[in-house]
Amino acid sequence: MEITARALWTLIHGMGFGGLYLLACSGALIGLYQFTTSSAAPESTPGQEGFMRIYLITMAVLAWAAVLSGAYAIYPWYRAAPPPGAVDLSLFPQHLLMSSPATIGWHSLGMEWKEHVSWFAPISITMVAFVFIRYGRDLRNHRQLRAAVLVFSLASLVAAGIAGFFGAEIDDHAPVQGGNTIQLRRGEAK
Amino acid sequence: MTNGSGAAAIFAAGVGCFVLAVLAILADKSALIQRSLVFYKPTGPLSGVTTVAILVWLVTWAILEWSWRKKTLPAGHINAIALALLVLSLILTFPPVGDLF
Repeated sequence: MEITARALWTLIHGMGFGGLYLLACSGALIGLYQFTTSSAAPESTPGQEGFMRIYLITMAVLAWAAVLSGAYAIYPWYRAAPPPGAVDLSLFPQHLLMSSPATIGWHSLGMEWKEHVSWFAPISITMVAFVFIRYGRDLRNHRQLRAAVLVFSLASLVAAGIAGFFGAEIDDHAPVQGGNTIQLRRGEAK
Repeated sequence: MTNGSGAAAIFAAGVGCFVLAVLAILADKSALIQRSLVFYKPTGPLSGVTTVAILVWLVTWAILEWSWRKKTLPAGHINAIALALLVLSLILTFPPVGDLF
């Protein structure tokens, strides 16, 4: 049972940072709505406010970790150029996708969109975390700020969702491979 | 508490997203801009597009925070512009739309 170093990094980037961020998004939206809407919830405690602060900071860290690992660890392997005349493109995912009309769209639409739109998630959630930490339960008295915070949170979910969907599909059609092989478990002959 | 600090953060986030979308299109259309945005060769122009956008976002945020933090502003107008920039950014990064330019 083995995994390559590049595949492991892709797993950490996609399922670790990105997947956890997506899972946290719905919780953040509900939490922010309940916390900042006066009619939706009873008075919150300082403990709940503290938990929400840590939750949002963790989300911001996950979002930045996802885009930075994607751009500076995975993406260089994805876009690496094959040597002239190379026939086997399995180590060059971008070129592998572009070599067939059936898969070229996963690069020209999927990756081209994903590589830019994904950055809206950390920018948005960093702003949301800052505004929540600055105002806390006082956001209930700032209806317009509250609305913007919720819309930016939703936008970060959409951006991360687009990136996650295309990331999973691209990895399905042309996985990032290569690097050192890590043995997870030694098989036994039966 | 005044709303200036929150409005500054929200507006700057909209600006940051919009600058990223515009730079992505410019890097796609101009070979000169594309080359000048290669800050880290293995990542290509994406490194420059995102680094410049993040710097613009943070500098805008810092300036607005410094100027607005003690003020109560018409947050409705500021949020409307920020949200319009965010929606435009989402649309502009969609490759078929970017290819129209």
